[in-house]
Amino acid sequence: MALPRSFGLGALLVVLAVLPAILPNDFYLDVAIRMAINAVVVIGLNLLIGYTGQISLGHAGFLGIGAYASAILTANYGWPSAAAMLAGAIGSGGLALLVARPILRLKGHYLAMATLGLGIIISIVLVNEVALTGGPDGMSVPNFSLFGFEIASEQAWYWVVAVLLLGTTWLALNLIDSPAGRALQAIHGSEIAARVAGIDTTAAKVRIFVLSAVLTSIMGSVTAHYLAFVTPTLSDFFHSIALVTMVVIGGMASIYGSLLGAVLLTALPQVLAGLEGGETVVFGLILIVTMIFLPRGLVPSLALRRLALRRRRA
Amino acid sequence: MSLLAVSHLTREFGGVKAVDDVSFQIEAGTIHAVIGPNGAGKTTLFNLITGVYTPSSGTMRFAGTEANHQPPERLARLGMSRTFQNLQICMNMSAIANVMVGAHLRLNHGLFAGMFHLPTLRRADRACREEAAELMRFVGVGAYIDAHASEMPYGALKRLEIARSLAAKPKLLLLDEPAAGLNDSETHEVDALIQKLPPAGVTVVLVEHDMKLVMNISDRILVLNYGRRLAEGTPREIRENPDVIAAYLGTGG
Repeated sequence: MALPRSFGLGALLVVLAVLPAILPNDFYLDVAIRMAINAVVVIGLNLLIGYTGQISLGHAGFLGIGAYASAILTANYGWPSAAAMLAGAIGSGGLALLVARPILRLKGHYLAMATLGLGIIISIVLVNEVALTGGPDGMSVPNFSLFGFEIASEQAWYWVVAVLLLGTTWLALNLIDSPAGRALQAIHGSEIAARVAGIDTTAAKVRIFVLSAVLTSIMGSVTAHYLAFVTPTLSDFFHSIALVTMVVIGGMASIYGSLLGAVLLTALPQVLAGLEGGETVVFGLILIVTMIFLPRGLVPSLALRRLALRRRRA
Repeated sequence: MSLLAVSHLTREFGGVKAVDDVSFQIEAGTIHAVIGPNGAGKTTLFNLITGVYTPSSGTMRFAGTEANHQPPERLARLGMSRTFQNLQICMNMSAIANVMVGAHLRLNHGLFAGMFHLPTLRRADRACREEAAELMRFVGVGAYIDAHASEMPYGALKRLEIARSLAAKPKLLLLDEPAAGLNDSETHEVDALIQKLPPAGVTVVLVEHDMKLVMNISDRILVLNYGRRLAEGTPREIRENPDVIAAYLGTGG
């Protein structure tokens, strides 16, 4: 039913390789980089929401932790950028681990509320610790450097995020087609059946929550270095919602859906920017229409239609 | 020694004893049925044995170890599996993936092994998929090997659930109303399927309302009434037991 893995990955590789050659200028390259960053985060979030069935409305908080760990540790304390990124990832992973057990015992709305609260707390801390974070005005971030090489140009960043995206897609596709990935999907399908099959559902939920938090944090660090500037809006509630929307529009439990969702919702504000204030309305309308006509999200809904069409012909 | 020994198992729900001081033993290699009128506590007893509920009092030994107050995932490690009266199939997965979930404990289910598709894992996973397909044929749903679970009819899903349980290679399999909602020919098939299990090393306990099925295939029968053990014995003994007849047909007053 699904495309063979090598075909999908190969197509993604070709698109990523050809894109810089056909994009007319750096503005488009910038949009492509933002799309790829979002796509990596959304794939991680989809593993949690779409595959495991655990909602998080606070993931932008982990984006904020990664971004500010990189910003503060490199700018104020002179840490090497890779070490700062790692510190952010460990911090996010540690926090996720700490809150996961009590939070993931909750279900449905309560889980959404708890993660929402977590994201808001992180965001408030980043806004109010002015001495450390620069508060709402944000702070600037030095270039990312590794072994004496600096990543500064749009071109260089493009290739970095392209490799990250390709790697994440490959790892995620592998995961969902493995015993660990099937365990996650079984938790979504029937938690009691999963437990009877010997799956430690709490441990599995904690692990995937931590993994997606770490991935999100790393992309937060990438965002900080790429933009060379961070503000707390990166970690706010609206950004969390935007990420969840990308998961839902692209398609729950679909890796390629995550890609499409991230690409579309990153592009839309750019396309609609000409509407001067009307863009939020159009944005909202698109979401509503998609959910009415393609409730499973774009990729799964279209895949189902294709399947139904083929069955009818057969 | 018996595979499962339950003694004085009791579960209260707010003063009502759904299961009241029930003791019995199950020998390896047998088919054991639990019967009783509606509300007799059969499913509660199942949920207690499989760790879905914790007992108010009583003890349980399974496969040579004390198995009191163990959650289902721990009992699975000891070799216990079950099916559900109300289907618990993962409708978000393909039919064969559902069966492969049953083999979870026998595969490397680490996140990193999964993400990097280590060669040893890939080989084991491929073998597991073939085994799962074989199991689906064994329970009679071979036609759905390439199907999604959500495309399958009810009768096939009931058997898919049995295939998933068998994928765990359990010592003890508890079937909660395997024939509920099935038509006559499907019931016959399930009947034949269950009888194939003890020779394959799987001891069976089943809750079932279909008396013909129970009497045909069971080695021993436990009868519950109002949560209490009413009788236990071979099908013939149960059929002739005056208490059982009274409980099922009324005493005629």
